[in-house]
Amino acid sequence: MHNKPKEALIHMSKRKALTWYQAWGIRLIAIVAALIVCAVITSITTGLNPLEVYATMFAGAFGTKRRIWILGKEVAILLCISLALTPAFRMRFWNLGGEGQILMGALGTAACMIVMGDTMPNAVLIPVCIIAAVFAGAVWALIPALCKARWNTNETLFTLMMNYVATQLVAYFVIVWEVPKGSGKIGIINQSSKAGWLPVIAGNRYLLNILCVAMLTIAMYIYLTYSKHGYEISVVGESVATARYVGIKVGWTIIRTLMLSGAICGFTGYLLVAGTDHTLTTTLAGGQGFTAVMVAWLAKFNPLGMVLSALLLIFLGRGAGEIATAFTLNQSFGDILTGIILFFIIASEFFINYQLHFRGHGHNGPDKGGSSSAPLASGRAPEGETDSANSKEKREDPANV
Amino acid sequence: MKKTLSILLALILVMGVLAGCGGGGSASSSGEKPAAAATAEGEKPGDDDFLPANNIKVGFIMLHDENSTYDLNFINAAKAACEELGISEDNYLIRTNIPEGQECYDTACDLADAGCNIIFADSFGHEDFMIQAAKEFPEVQFCHATGTKAHTEGLPNYHNAFASIYEGRYLAGVAAGMKLNEMIEKGDIKEDEAKIGYVGAFTYAEVISGYTSFFLGARSMCPSATMEVTFTGSWYDETAEKEAANTLINDGCVLISQHADSMGAPTACEQAGVPDVSYNGSTISACPNTFIVSSRIDWTPYYLYAIEAVAAGEEFDVDYTGTISTGSVLLTEVNDKAAAAGTAEKIEEIKQKLENEEIYVFDTSTFTVDGKNLDSYMADVDTDANFEGDTEVISDGYFHESEKRSAPYFDLRIDGITLKDEK
Repeated sequence: MHNKPKEALIHMSKRKALTWYQAWGIRLIAIVAALIVCAVITSITTGLNPLEVYATMFAGAFGTKRRIWILGKEVAILLCISLALTPAFRMRFWNLGGEGQILMGALGTAACMIVMGDTMPNAVLIPVCIIAAVFAGAVWALIPALCKARWNTNETLFTLMMNYVATQLVAYFVIVWEVPKGSGKIGIINQSSKAGWLPVIAGNRYLLNILCVAMLTIAMYIYLTYSKHGYEISVVGESVATARYVGIKVGWTIIRTLMLSGAICGFTGYLLVAGTDHTLTTTLAGGQGFTAVMVAWLAKFNPLGMVLSALLLIFLGRGAGEIATAFTLNQSFGDILTGIILFFIIASEFFINYQLHFRGHGHNGPDKGGSSSAPLASGRAPEGETDSANSKEKREDPANV
Repeated sequence: MKKTLSILLALILVMGVLAGCGGGGSASSSGEKPAAAATAEGEKPGDDDFLPANNIKVGFIMLHDENSTYDLNFINAAKAACEELGISEDNYLIRTNIPEGQECYDTACDLADAGCNIIFADSFGHEDFMIQAAKEFPEVQFCHATGTKAHTEGLPNYHNAFASIYEGRYLAGVAAGMKLNEMIEKGDIKEDEAKIGYVGAFTYAEVISGYTSFFLGARSMCPSATMEVTFTGSWYDETAEKEAANTLINDGCVLISQHADSMGAPTACEQAGVPDVSYNGSTISACPNTFIVSSRIDWTPYYLYAIEAVAAGEEFDVDYTGTISTGSVLLTEVNDKAAAAGTAEKIEEIKQKLENEEIYVFDTSTFTVDGKNLDSYMADVDTDANFEGDTEVISDGYFHESEKRSAPYFDLRIDGITLKDEK
């Protein structure tokens, strides 16, 4: 029957750019599919009505005015960390040290609030805290950046290890400042005097945090898209050789960008200590330095897109917590649903960039790279471009969207 | 062709199964209505001063979930208390995995929004955030276990609770002392080798009070007993606790006890064949050969007391100490396989004496500090930044633990106990 050479059952090829509505159509299908799979799993494992579970998730995130504010506060913090990581990621510098840089910023803030709390008015103390936090975060990112620029050390491992050093430093200072002695807890700093606390504006304690991060988001978008620095970051990310050739100082760009990245992480630590939590613990960052990596990737390093991806992740987390309480399930059940939904969303990005061809469907013949292999599914890819383009474009992936 | 067809058929089959299950599942769940929507609605508590028990809503905030022995002990108590009072599942909300930060305040306020009349938190680091929430919701009662600030805070709706667990520790120590005696009689060890090892979390009054009372219980049975203590610097660190126990065993400790929340020390003992006196609950299933007995706090009596008071619209203690008599301090079943003969009877006998106040755990004639018996000590009962002693706690020949406030404040370093480190 077949006298042609054997062809793979399934093979994939790079799509041409889809229009925005086609891309969002695929994303929508993915979310619907995820919800169906979650519904099936919910029914099988718990016997609950999936629609009620979804309604509860929604209520957990948006159910009351307070919950909406909490959601906003948490989105702001996660978004702020993602914004911090983005310039480094665009440069292909994998800063996994967000967690440690946040803790250092938090430590700097807490130190100022505790040591200088009653020596100066708030108008002076607040800027002092911000400077300390930004400086501490920047230094924590600068150390691996210097080593990368000078000795080309592995930044992934280096930044990751710095997290543990930061955690231990915080653990040490928690013991130094603990109240009461021996408890291993600092408690709320300056609870009666509120020295160093960010002011409550318009009657809401989280509004100022949200506004700060909103402004930072726009600033970061402009910085990355329209500034010379932003352009240099992209070029270094694409190819270090090209960057050198056009006269960009690669080492300086790495150092400068990482200091910015660490400084914003430090600022997040400031917002956590002076803005919301008013305490210092080793778990203050709560793994968000890593969650932010996902937020940034999901939005393809676009600061405006990160608002959506951060919102999605926080919504899922808050919803999962509410399910655990309302149905007396373990929190892990909510996490399973979150995992499934994320899996589908990440997979949808694959289908936006690639398409699958099944043997006998969509190919007229096995003649790869030849004149007759136009995929049937879209019919829009020019002939011969599928496979050769595939390998090249794969490498350019995240930054070019 | 054939292969494609078979894959297609398989896919159809899978789809069919999934669809079938989906339909079946939702059909079965529509029968029993889960406790969902009520929480989202957020009904405000009524303005009536008197609330009958079936019209009361209770919130619980837990640091971790049931995988932690510490939190499991609270969760079980919460469920038991609500069941006993006939509070339906719709009317009590348990929030797990709430860290000791702003999330605690957010969660407490959210529970108050949802109409809870009384809210409990279980971890020491929750305290300041509970106080913050208590100030915002004066009509809701906030209760915090293990905290130290309620008696000085002056908030009528903020409460602390603890139990006189040092009495339970003392009784567990009695079992340990009898075990040491048995080992001496059998000739396994000499009299001066009766050394106990103790794995603690922090050099914190709660831990110091715990190991000292345990030691005094053991020494009341075995006068030659000594003790070595090491700290892990964490309330839950399985590896560190296991290593600490092994270090103590290598140092020549012949019996181990611990005050930290993982299974690290008990499993190390089971592997080394060294007897262990446990905490927070029985570890007999994992350690059938070495587990002797365990003391624990049962929070159910406090939950019942506080919820009933709120239901009746009555005021209740700002600082509550559960005791053996209230049923708050419990000992598990004695494991006859590991314990010395007659242990259960002896524990019962000493327990009676403690309840009748014939003996006191911290009787100042039974211990010395730097070689001297104490007749006065100023303890740091009121939390302040300087940690200065502010209250006389020794009178009538004994140290009055958990009487000036519920959380322990015994922090004396008595002779006979050596600390390997401090954290």
